Amino acid sequence: MAQEPSADRRLSTLARHLLPSSPRRTAAAAEAEDIAAGTLESSPTMASQGSSVFAALAQAPEDPILGVTVAYNKDPSPVKVNLGVGAYRTEEGKPLVLNVVRRAEQILLNNPSRVKEYLPITGLAEFNKLSAKLIFGADSPAIHENRVATVQCLSGTGSLRVGGEFLARHYHERTIYIPQPTWGNHPKVFTLSGLTVKSYRYYDPATRGLDFKGLLEDLSSAPSGSIILLHACAHNPTGVDPTIDEWEQIRKLMRSKSLLPFFDSAYQGFASGSLDKDTQSVRMFVADGGELLMAQSYAKNMGLYGERVGALSIVCGSADVAVRVESQLKLVIRPMYSNPPLHGASIVATILRNSEMFNEWTLELKAMADRIISMRQQLFDALKSRGTPGDWSHIIKQIGMFTFTGLNSEQVAFMRQEYHIYMTSDGRISMAGLSARTVPHLADAIHAAVTQLK
Amino acid sequence: MAALSLAASSAIRRRLLLPPRLQAARAMATSLFGHIEPAPKDPILGVTEAFLADPSPDKVNVGVVRAALLSSPLLSSPLFFSPAIAAGAYRDDNGQPVVLDCVREAERRIAGNLNMEYLPMGGSMKMIEESLKLAYGEDSEFIKDKRIAAVQALSGTGACRLFADFQKRFLPDSQIYIPSPTWSNHHNIWRDANVPQKIFTYYHPESRGLDFAGLMNDIKNAPDGSFFLLHACAHNPTGVDPTEEQWREISHQFKVKKHFPFFDMAYQGFASGDPERDAKAIRIFLEDGHQIGCAQSYAKNMGLYGQRAGCLSILCEDEMQAVAVKSQLQQIARPMYSNPPVHGALVVSIILNDPELKSLWLKEVKGMADRIIGVRTALKENLEKLGSPLSWEHITNQIGMFCYSGMTPEQVDRLTNEYHIYMTRNGRISMAGVTTGNVAYLANAIHDVTKPN
Repeated sequence: MAQEPSADRRLSTLARHLLPSSPRRTAAAAEAEDIAAGTLESSPTMASQGSSVFAALAQAPEDPILGVTVAYNKDPSPVKVNLGVGAYRTEEGKPLVLNVVRRAEQILLNNPSRVKEYLPITGLAEFNKLSAKLIFGADSPAIHENRVATVQCLSGTGSLRVGGEFLARHYHERTIYIPQPTWGNHPKVFTLSGLTVKSYRYYDPATRGLDFKGLLEDLSSAPSGSIILLHACAHNPTGVDPTIDEWEQIRKLMRSKSLLPFFDSAYQGFASGSLDKDTQSVRMFVADGGELLMAQSYAKNMGLYGERVGALSIVCGSADVAVRVESQLKLVIRPMYSNPPLHGASIVATILRNSEMFNEWTLELKAMADRIISMRQQLFDALKSRGTPGDWSHIIKQIGMFTFTGLNSEQVAFMRQEYHIYMTSDGRISMAGLSARTVPHLADAIHAAVTQLK
Repeated sequence: MAALSLAASSAIRRRLLLPPRLQAARAMATSLFGHIEPAPKDPILGVTEAFLADPSPDKVNVGVVRAALLSSPLLSSPLFFSPAIAAGAYRDDNGQPVVLDCVREAERRIAGNLNMEYLPMGGSMKMIEESLKLAYGEDSEFIKDKRIAAVQALSGTGACRLFADFQKRFLPDSQIYIPSPTWSNHHNIWRDANVPQKIFTYYHPESRGLDFAGLMNDIKNAPDGSFFLLHACAHNPTGVDPTEEQWREISHQFKVKKHFPFFDMAYQGFASGDPERDAKAIRIFLEDGHQIGCAQSYAKNMGLYGQRAGCLSILCEDEMQAVAVKSQLQQIARPMYSNPPVHGALVVSIILNDPELKSLWLKEVKGMADRIIGVRTALKENLEKLGSPLSWEHITNQIGMFCYSGMTPEQVDRLTNEYHIYMTRNGRISMAGVTTGNVAYLANAIHDVTKPN
């Protein structure tokens, strides 16, 4: 915690204002004189006082994930590689705007009647309908029965936050269980929503795979009605997903204990390359007629990152409940930001409503997923050819944008210092940040880290 | 105002709910969410619903309506006030929404050229820099000294919410004084941030102006070091602003009481037509040495409504503190939406960074403000010509998007029932809905329901 500014510091602040070189007598200087003369009482919000109502405030620590890119940007090395944030990069290491997105942009631009009015609180209606269809399937009974309340939100984060706040206000259980490990922002989102955050076992470091036994045990011992956060596919940061059979067991257990599923889908289409395949877990839960929450993001799979496009869907027991739920979601959103941003949702709706553009999107998405799968194979092969000690098969077994390498924080720091390779300290690397050109450098770095440090 | 606050109506609903045991039983039987009550209807949107249900070809909407209802088939009516006068959305003299030319040009430059990568948590630096210049002054010493902690926010709402959450986190014992009346969502924002609210006197119904004595009294009686929400210009919903002299007195009293001023500036440029003039209150406080907070919105003055482009700034004692405060604001944004939307930020920074585009923008903003000032004058003159014995000075004294007409709820009901004119029952007229085409009709109706019998 920062201390109150010292008398010395206050004095030097005043001195700066009072120096002869400063031609005009600033308000601060005038004030200081008045205070000294006793004609004006000092106040915390005065410039001259050198003390603000926020004086005791400490600087917040750097965000562990976004901080990686900050450090990377500062590094002058020509061989540096950024494997931090999960934003897709091309083989040339460049950000990518999908061709179909560019086309959608032009369509929007060329429509002179398009205005930029406020969206409703719940967002762009067409976008909401198309998003629900995308995640639940066009033939979903829940959609046909009008049991799905969908609201546009600010990407995955915003959807999680609105869902969390809604549950904290209206759901009878206030505890959410998140997998160990999970995306670094999850605990904060839910805590600030007003929920208590607990965790369930998920990743097994020994196998670098799923601790299925631990997972089932922890869900079994969770109080009935508890909220359970599930990654729909391509678990972040581990890349370890349950098999379909394991999902079925999870589903049975959860429904038997009335545990409420809260899905986070940030990588639909990115995991396997198939949009439908990547939502199998979610659709299993919908098919049994039960309720669930779904946070959906278009940041990665449509490359819309900074546009902040996403949706929160709540599958309810009846159409009547869905209407009431939607009305309450509005009360969460309005005092947060009134209504969601227009641009990104318009792009998504333009693409999803047009079958030819939709098809083009699926092809571009598959190309991104395929490149990542290829990077996995190349890295695995490179480590094998170097004879790097250890079992690296998890690199090709794990799914999605990230690989949980199993490297420890000393090894990560070593790789940053000696090889200018940037990743989060938990050893997570973004495969999207790799290319055929940089794989050898990364393999060298891993090899060195593993053989020189234990 | 006739409408209950959302807080009040929610509280009433909670008392009517089933006891917890029965709630739980009902919920488990049907749905985990079966116990949830429908949220109270927005009192402003209710106006729209009534308007849309009205079959009269003469109907007029000077209320507040949602953009989503633009698709109504009744748009063809000659005296039709576009239903999408959403929460103060500007309309041209044909009642049509407007996209500024400078915005169209900015978007042409963006499409196909710029990528959509994540912005930093604090948003676009370029957009922030330009926003600070607008609010604090092109040559502000505070900008030079890097004393302002600033982040891009989700329009005005998002900026207020970030500040409210920040206030709660770092000054948990503080409360916020909110003017009476104010934009209704202000109450929701500070309530959801769990910051206790108090009201301070503002509007004087008898004069349809400022209750300056009451205002100064409330400032003096508030405990030292209280937080106050001030509308920088074009007060919403009354259109009543303090004069420059009055602002100076308010500022002085704030110094005496060590109060913290938080400015909500949603209409810079839109009120008088001159952004510098509209920031006068803020500049007065800055000259007096206050460390202020400020929420800025580009929704109206750049017509960016749905893009959610805004900025929150807090003036700190030095650069080090500004860095710390900004880092903490980012910690609030991260678990809410991670980072703000890029598109609106690009539009704002392209326009404000390009001298030609900026100059075009200034011209267009003045055009919008002038039109509003023009229909205010027309409405007042029409009423005077009709021989109304009442004073309608307040129509032209008030400034910005809204006019607090002073009509009673009963008079408003008559306007609706007899003239198919729709407005909120507090008598607030959205001047953006008035055109040269309907001002005579509106004046005639107002005169009819307000003339003494």
